[in-house]
Amino acid sequence: MTEVVTKQSAEEAALDERQTRPKNIGAKVKRTEDPRLLTGRGTYVDDRRTPDALHVAFRRSDHSHARILSIDVTAARAVPGVVAILTAKDLTEATPVHAESRMPSYYATPIRALASDKVRFVGEPVVAVVAESRYLAEDACELVEIAYDPLPVVTDPEAAVASDAALLHEEAGTNVLVQREFKRGEFETEMFAAPVRVKGRFRFHRKTPAAMENRCYLAEYDTGRDELTLHSSTQVPGIIRNALSEALGMPGHRLRVVAPDVGGGFGGKASLYPEELLVAFAARRLGRSVKWTSDRMEDLTATSHGFDEIIDAEMGLDHDGRVMALIADVIGDVGAYSIYPWTCALEPVQVVSFLPGPYRIQNYRGAVRAVATSKAPTGPYRGVGRPISTFVTERLLDMAARRIGVDAREIRLKNFIQDHEFPYRIGSGIVWDRSSFTDCLLAACKAVDYEALRRRQAEARSAGRWLGIGIASYAELTGIGSRISVAPGMPLNTGTETAKIRIDTTGGVTAAFGVASHGQGLETTLAQVVADKLGVRVEDVRIIQGDSNAVPNATGTYASRSTVLAGGAATLAARIVRGKAFKAAAHLLEASPDELVAEDGRIYVPNTNKTTTYKEVARAVYLEMGRLPPEVRGELEATSTYDPVLGTTTSSTHIAVLEVDPDTYTVRLEKFVVAEDCGKLINPLIVDGQVHGGVAQGIGAALYEEVVYDQQGQILTASLVDYVVPAAAEIPPMHVVHMETSSPAIGGYRGMGEGGTIGAPAAVANAIADALAPLDIEINELPVTPERLFRLIEAAKSRTGDEK
Amino acid sequence: MPRLSATSRHAVSFVLNGRSTTADAEPRMLLTDFLRHVLGLTGTHVGCEHGVCGACTIHIDGQPARACLTLAVQVDGASVRTIEDLAPEPGRLSVLQAAFRRHHALQCGFCTPGMLMSLDAYLAANPEPDEAELRKYLSGHLCRCTGYVPIVAAALDAAKRLREDTANA
Repeated sequence: MTEVVTKQSAEEAALDERQTRPKNIGAKVKRTEDPRLLTGRGTYVDDRRTPDALHVAFRRSDHSHARILSIDVTAARAVPGVVAILTAKDLTEATPVHAESRMPSYYATPIRALASDKVRFVGEPVVAVVAESRYLAEDACELVEIAYDPLPVVTDPEAAVASDAALLHEEAGTNVLVQREFKRGEFETEMFAAPVRVKGRFRFHRKTPAAMENRCYLAEYDTGRDELTLHSSTQVPGIIRNALSEALGMPGHRLRVVAPDVGGGFGGKASLYPEELLVAFAARRLGRSVKWTSDRMEDLTATSHGFDEIIDAEMGLDHDGRVMALIADVIGDVGAYSIYPWTCALEPVQVVSFLPGPYRIQNYRGAVRAVATSKAPTGPYRGVGRPISTFVTERLLDMAARRIGVDAREIRLKNFIQDHEFPYRIGSGIVWDRSSFTDCLLAACKAVDYEALRRRQAEARSAGRWLGIGIASYAELTGIGSRISVAPGMPLNTGTETAKIRIDTTGGVTAAFGVASHGQGLETTLAQVVADKLGVRVEDVRIIQGDSNAVPNATGTYASRSTVLAGGAATLAARIVRGKAFKAAAHLLEASPDELVAEDGRIYVPNTNKTTTYKEVARAVYLEMGRLPPEVRGELEATSTYDPVLGTTTSSTHIAVLEVDPDTYTVRLEKFVVAEDCGKLINPLIVDGQVHGGVAQGIGAALYEEVVYDQQGQILTASLVDYVVPAAAEIPPMHVVHMETSSPAIGGYRGMGEGGTIGAPAAVANAIADALAPLDIEINELPVTPERLFRLIEAAKSRTGDEK
Repeated sequence: MPRLSATSRHAVSFVLNGRSTTADAEPRMLLTDFLRHVLGLTGTHVGCEHGVCGACTIHIDGQPARACLTLAVQVDGASVRTIEDLAPEPGRLSVLQAAFRRHHALQCGFCTPGMLMSLDAYLAANPEPDEAELRKYLSGHLCRCTGYVPIVAAALDAAKRLREDTANA
């Protein structure tokens, strides 16, 4: 099979049904990853023992924006154990990497391992000290002297767009690194005609993914073969391999990037980093293995941030609450560089792409500018843009509902795209396939007993309590295929995935993929798919992933893609391998391949004593010459590439129930319910886990988490004391309801790794606004800290003259 | 505590997971680095190096402690237990570890060793924890993957099974 497969026929799916007895897909299979991770035997990059590895410490910029005048490393070089000190001048043979794109008006900032000429954010690496131990490298780092000429800081994205603003990248001629606009329908006239108009300025403050494992890179270099293996805590080993190949001028067959156990990513490990380039470069330059392990301060200051947008939005509706038009202007504060490979457009453009949400909004205009500031670069963070778009649209709907006097549930039901309207192209051009938009809302309301909850709220209100109920519905595009992947014009294919399945001489099944699990349990879910489609047991299957060598075009795990794409590819490849094994087995059993069934590793003709095993078939194919004719002794191996072309639509409704404490203005979440449609579930344990974790991050985004820079561009949230990640006491009990509408993708799966974070901020914001409705307070800024609530409530009280 | 020269290495003798162990450490070496990179026990993870995330939690003389806020030389003469010693034997999981697996209370697994070491000590001292208390106790640990829902469930389930084991013993 050489072609890329975009769909399977009904006959092929029926063949799987006839020839196997699936028992794993849909079951709560305990994860194969767990025993090693529970006993301290996992291998994260920093756990790898590499004798004689050198360690890197970075001297980073303490200026927001400054010209580098001079660097003096004399004293640092004299520290015993220091092997090399590198600055940008030492890296001239390393080619800068650019996140290219065909988007008009886009400027791709050069990405270098170390700052040259200028620094553009606090925490940017300037000097790399390489020493025999990390302690010595850090000692020497302190002795590096850098003289700077400070330049005007660029921290306010709105000021940065002014024509006289200081420029971060002079060559770009502007701080606006890209701008785009989506238009559809008569948005201006419809807005003007709308009898009900609600609008607001919405502010989503900057977050950081804060995976529990800090980034870590270890380059092992074989001088004799000029081969380099980078062990990287990355979500995208194949993409990093491609970038390193370009930067180092080395072909991919001598470059390998391995992501072993990875301690969470959430998007923060889905991009190329300067430290990754430096470690690889230094290993080759010095002919030694070189390692860098980030500390938490480096993580909070120099791992990609996200979710930093200002949105001016207006929604026009008729008297019944049907949306007539939506208009939004978005400024994305993207930080100092356009990150590789996603570009700085990724998040802000997603905001305007998804603002119309799951609703019938045909008259739409969304304009966006991605503005460079002297802060850490932004990149993908779980949900990418959609937590922000959902926050804005769901807030506007609630504001309109309150204005019109309809219930929050009713206004959504009125506006949802209906089942008979799919596939549906929304105002930004995205096409939704059929997914449970309405049913998710109804299921979530049922799960919380919505009517009873509203009655309880009325009682609480009459007792003077601030109890709120917040609904947020959204749809997201997951498992995207080649046609969507090509849209931003990046030289990168996220739209296909390959599975390479082989049965070896011993009957062992190995399935290799380009994806890279970093907590999602793909070693288990993909083994469930392969096991069911081959007809073997889960424990008979070994999954290889997280390795750029696994398949020719390794990709990685991001964008809620891995189960849909890799699951589809696994289905295709397993079917071919099973077909080959059945041909051989048919010879051994003197039966027809059509009669055979595979189950738990056995291959048999039902209701007869004709039975063999994959293990015996493998021996016959590979070892026991004479048992089989040559035409069925081909290797039990297949490679299949799957491309879902458009992708799948995942939908969900979140409901948050909370109470605001009138004395401390803290928000106490009482309950959180999610009804979601991710198509066919492979492992309900893992699906629930993804939802729970995503919601917790969304609650963090709504109530606690904020990266703060002061006016000088100094970061004030450089520790986990200052950047507040929610702990167990802040997260409420959760309940998840699954809808399972089959998707057009092979297997009927839909992606679901990000949704929790998309719905939760909006649901919490709506619940707080609902709790404070008696004070007529709108929540337009996240996170809603007690301080922000205090200001809002005090202002409302002075407006109404009500002192208590 | 004796005064140690900052410029030389010192022998640290202690009991590690039940075995007498001696190795050299500079006075400034963190216990995390000592365990992980000198003694090769990499199950103890380093998440923040400022005592907030709890990933590095181990037992020192039976009490949970942050290895990242402890110097290696401080455990001289002490008894240290790490995640590598939590399972009763190779190939088997403890009641708590098995509950974590059953409830899917770990995803990336990075915070897990610290969670387990803390909960192991907590459940020994509090065989009948209530959920609110447990959540408060767990606030010494950050997990970015699970939303804590299954961790709380696993801990309560493990507590119940441990009580049953005790009752049946």
